[in-house]
Amino acid sequence: MMVDVQGDLIRVICGIAAVLVTASAVSFMLKRKLSPQGQNSAINNLDDRIRAWWVMAVAISVALLAGRAGVIVLFAICALAALREFMTLTNATRADHSTLVAAFFIVLPLQFWLIWIGWYGLYSIFVPVYVFLFLPIVSALAGVTRNFLVRVAEMQWALMICVFCVSHVPALMDLHIPGYEGRGVLLIAFLVIVVQISDVLQYVWGKLVGRHKIAPHLSPSKTVEGFVGGCLSATLIGAALWWMTPFSPLAAAGMSLMIALMGFLGGLVMSAIKRDRGIKDWGHSIAGHGGFIDRLDSVIFAAPLFFHVTRYGWALG
Amino acid sequence: MSWAITTGSRFLTAAQADWRGVDPASDRQRIYFANHVSHGDFILVWSVLPARQRHMTRPVAGQDYWHKGPFRRFLAQQVFHSVLIDRTPKARGINPVAEMADALTTGASLIVFPEGSRNLQDDDLMPFKSGLFRIARTRPDVDLVPVWIDNLNRVMPKGTLIPVPLMCKVIFGAPIHLRTDEPKAEFLARARAALCALQPRTEDA
Repeated sequence: MMVDVQGDLIRVICGIAAVLVTASAVSFMLKRKLSPQGQNSAINNLDDRIRAWWVMAVAISVALLAGRAGVIVLFAICALAALREFMTLTNATRADHSTLVAAFFIVLPLQFWLIWIGWYGLYSIFVPVYVFLFLPIVSALAGVTRNFLVRVAEMQWALMICVFCVSHVPALMDLHIPGYEGRGVLLIAFLVIVVQISDVLQYVWGKLVGRHKIAPHLSPSKTVEGFVGGCLSATLIGAALWWMTPFSPLAAAGMSLMIALMGFLGGLVMSAIKRDRGIKDWGHSIAGHGGFIDRLDSVIFAAPLFFHVTRYGWALG
Repeated sequence: MSWAITTGSRFLTAAQADWRGVDPASDRQRIYFANHVSHGDFILVWSVLPARQRHMTRPVAGQDYWHKGPFRRFLAQQVFHSVLIDRTPKARGINPVAEMADALTTGASLIVFPEGSRNLQDDDLMPFKSGLFRIARTRPDVDLVPVWIDNLNRVMPKGTLIPVPLMCKVIFGAPIHLRTDEPKAEFLARARAALCALQPRTEDA
């Protein structure tokens, strides 16, 4: 069984590599033709993005090959980077220092440790229940009331988004699906591939045939054509990847559509936050993409729903 | 050691430099003057400087703090190559401005905190001490570059032991110089305004 998983995983990784090789080749030719001196910023950005895609693809491939521990560590690091970006934007003040220390150094490691030991009953409620109650207590004890509700609400939101939602990606390995034992890493690969392909194809469709803005106030670059084209192509690609999953081809298509829709809507939510705070990107850690949250936003919104629908429909307890 | 410290600070704060008023690649001799909120301030400025300039840039720091204990002394002298000055006005052995001028003569750039000590209030910037004026009068040719350190006070506020990872920014403004016959108060106010102007619009709290 394990040999089988490794074989499938290597097939998936080779597929990703093939896509990236093609992308790099196309970008190289575009650059030679349109931007030989690096004067076209759109092409340079494309080049940066593809380069960063290589790094991200290598990181996730290594993690998937390393199995459970690798995936949990990778997503814990992503959660940490995302939480740093999010907390930077909140109104948390000096009075919330203890709360922030607890968020970074207790809540985050504990959540991923709960995933590691597979304690579903606790990791699925730890942040929404226990942290929700104790976080305002810690902040209240500091005795500063100014902006209190705003501060605690923002910090709780940051933890839900960056820790709770992100942790549902490695939690997919914890599902006990009959006939799919030991293949949880493939389910993660499926989720990540569909989300990212959908993002990329929405961008590509939008650039090629995009005319009508879909959410001009939130994200002026997103178009109806990009949204429809991207979601539908991601659904088809997801259906074609059904062999990685416990789903039938039709169910894989339905799951992919759900993932793509949630990813799109998640992107809009995160754009609304960025617009409100007057920033373009969450950070600057990933060249061409912005911050970790810029790359993770769609995964963040798709992961918990994908986890629970799969659990409800396919898993045992 | 210095590599470990700058890497650590980058990891913690993802410190990003915003070069608004000066060219990072230029080797001009400079006095960076920055707001002072924590002991990590100059490390942050230091870690975002290009390597060549980092090696020629020395922080100016208070002797009273950095001479306490062998470890601080080691850090200040061996790692940061600080110019340590005596902040107590009475019984001064060597004039601090003379020490800074000596360091400038050897070709070094300096990082100074004209507020004199850490700003622990909610005010953005305390009034400047006269040191910046006096060094500008001694060496009017050197560029005075305002440097706003943003967010570091949230990483490790006063009285806390554990830093939290939040992103910081170091903003470099356009250099200023002492004008001919410019009075002290006027110059200090102008320098302070130049630094304040770099501060990003804060959230309406």
